[in-house]
Amino acid sequence: MIAQNVLLNEQEMTKWLNELQKEHQKVLFWEAQAKGEERKKFAGLRQEIERQQQRIARPQQIDYQSTAIKLVPPQTVIKNVIMAFLVGGSICLIGQIIYNLFTQSGLGLKDAAAATSSFLVFLGALFTALGYYDELGKVAGAGSIVPITGFANSIVSSALEFKREGYIYGVGARLFTVAGPILVYGTMVSILVGLVYYFVR
Amino acid sequence: MAQNKIGKQTLHFPSTPIITSWASVVGPMEGKGPLGEKYDLVLTDTLAGEKTWEKAEQKMMQFSIELALEKRNLLPKDLDFYLAGDLLNQITCANFTARFLNTPFLGLYGACSTFAEGLCMAGVLLEGGFAEKVGVSASSHHDTAEKQFRTPTELGDQRPMTAQWTVTGSASIIIEKTGTGIILTHATIGKIIDLGNSNAQDLGSAMAPAAFDTLKTHFEDLGRNENDYDLIVTGDLGLLGHGILKELLKEKGISPDRFNDCGIMVYSPDQDTHCGGSGCGCSGVVLTAHLIERLLSGYYHRILFIGTGALLSPLTSLQGETIPCIAHAVVLESRGE
Repeated sequence: MIAQNVLLNEQEMTKWLNELQKEHQKVLFWEAQAKGEERKKFAGLRQEIERQQQRIARPQQIDYQSTAIKLVPPQTVIKNVIMAFLVGGSICLIGQIIYNLFTQSGLGLKDAAAATSSFLVFLGALFTALGYYDELGKVAGAGSIVPITGFANSIVSSALEFKREGYIYGVGARLFTVAGPILVYGTMVSILVGLVYYFVR
Repeated sequence: MAQNKIGKQTLHFPSTPIITSWASVVGPMEGKGPLGEKYDLVLTDTLAGEKTWEKAEQKMMQFSIELALEKRNLLPKDLDFYLAGDLLNQITCANFTARFLNTPFLGLYGACSTFAEGLCMAGVLLEGGFAEKVGVSASSHHDTAEKQFRTPTELGDQRPMTAQWTVTGSASIIIEKTGTGIILTHATIGKIIDLGNSNAQDLGSAMAPAAFDTLKTHFEDLGRNENDYDLIVTGDLGLLGHGILKELLKEKGISPDRFNDCGIMVYSPDQDTHCGGSGCGCSGVVLTAHLIERLLSGYYHRILFIGTGALLSPLTSLQGETIPCIAHAVVLESRGE
């Protein structure tokens, strides 16, 4: 047994790992022959050795990660935030214009909202299919993912990708690979919020 | 003691197998890269006239081995063995190419180190006297790799700065017992190294320690150092992994001047790939299109080619496993008459 979190040099490390490997093999052999309670005892011992095998490499891993992390190129956060704001804002502006046009042409407020959403989803799908939306997403990030057009993109891109595996097991089965989690947890949260609203009111 | 093994992990090929023919086929984006002029065939689109990307990748691999055979005036039936691998599940491109070639076939999987692995195994087959002519291929395709390992290609997401771009390309070589070309003198088979990286979007920093370990063992086994090589080239560490490797080398007092990386060489910086290229095809096409030519022209005399592979699957990434990595090294020399 060695102390935790000690950075070993290479020879020591190899020595300990070989030692543990030998031990593991031996205990496994005993475990295979043992019966009942004794078997459980050996299984516990074996798992303890397995944990030690992982633990022993940990300090070395942490040491390496700390060297590696210094060389990771920084994310261009400020540029990304500005682009997300501009593109996201523009998509919303387009939505607002469409909404206004619908209301002006005589649709009720609720109907106009639904029609606007559908129209934006259509646009998102169209530009995904034409191959422009991923180019936009590369620049805009959350700005084009968060609006409803991003939702359309996630579904249509999956559909395009898996169309070649057929309409049942390809498109049908994989349509929501990206959007699935959003639907599942979005629905769940809406239920929770609804419950809270019901009781708090 | 094994007769042709030196030290812990290095194989010696005293009969010097010869790389007599090679060919590379790449996609349009690689064709626009700095080595664009040198590839044998640049496809005009990523589908290569096929219905699916998987079929396109298989065709690319088939084209590359056919071109390599044609350059040498051989037919598939002249090969004793065909060794090939790619990145897809069940290495389908390799299997389907072998279906077409109708030669004895061994499928390889070493992720992006497959091409180097193939060279090592071809050397072993030739040195052992089991074959006279062996074909080796490896391929990768950006779209099939994205589909399998990441997200749909048309999804509008942002790739992190550490990400690398899978090369669309396939490379093949023919290694023979006799002939003219580049000789294969040594190979160092790598061990799996895992230093706890689990970020599948940052394979460079996961693979760098594996490349370093193989390199160190190679030097120890042969009693050589970096000055014995005109170039030491890693497979697809990319900008980040290459930077980390340089740091590791400096710590050990090895000068990193003669090091380069195929992932950096394959694209120009303005192609916006972030950290450079990756994939089986990456190291393969750079070796066959560029490095072998340089060896042949006498620009380099001896190079060390280290294929690096990250042996993850989408499943293990999701299960939170860290990424085991491997690197195989081969020594290539121009034959000094």
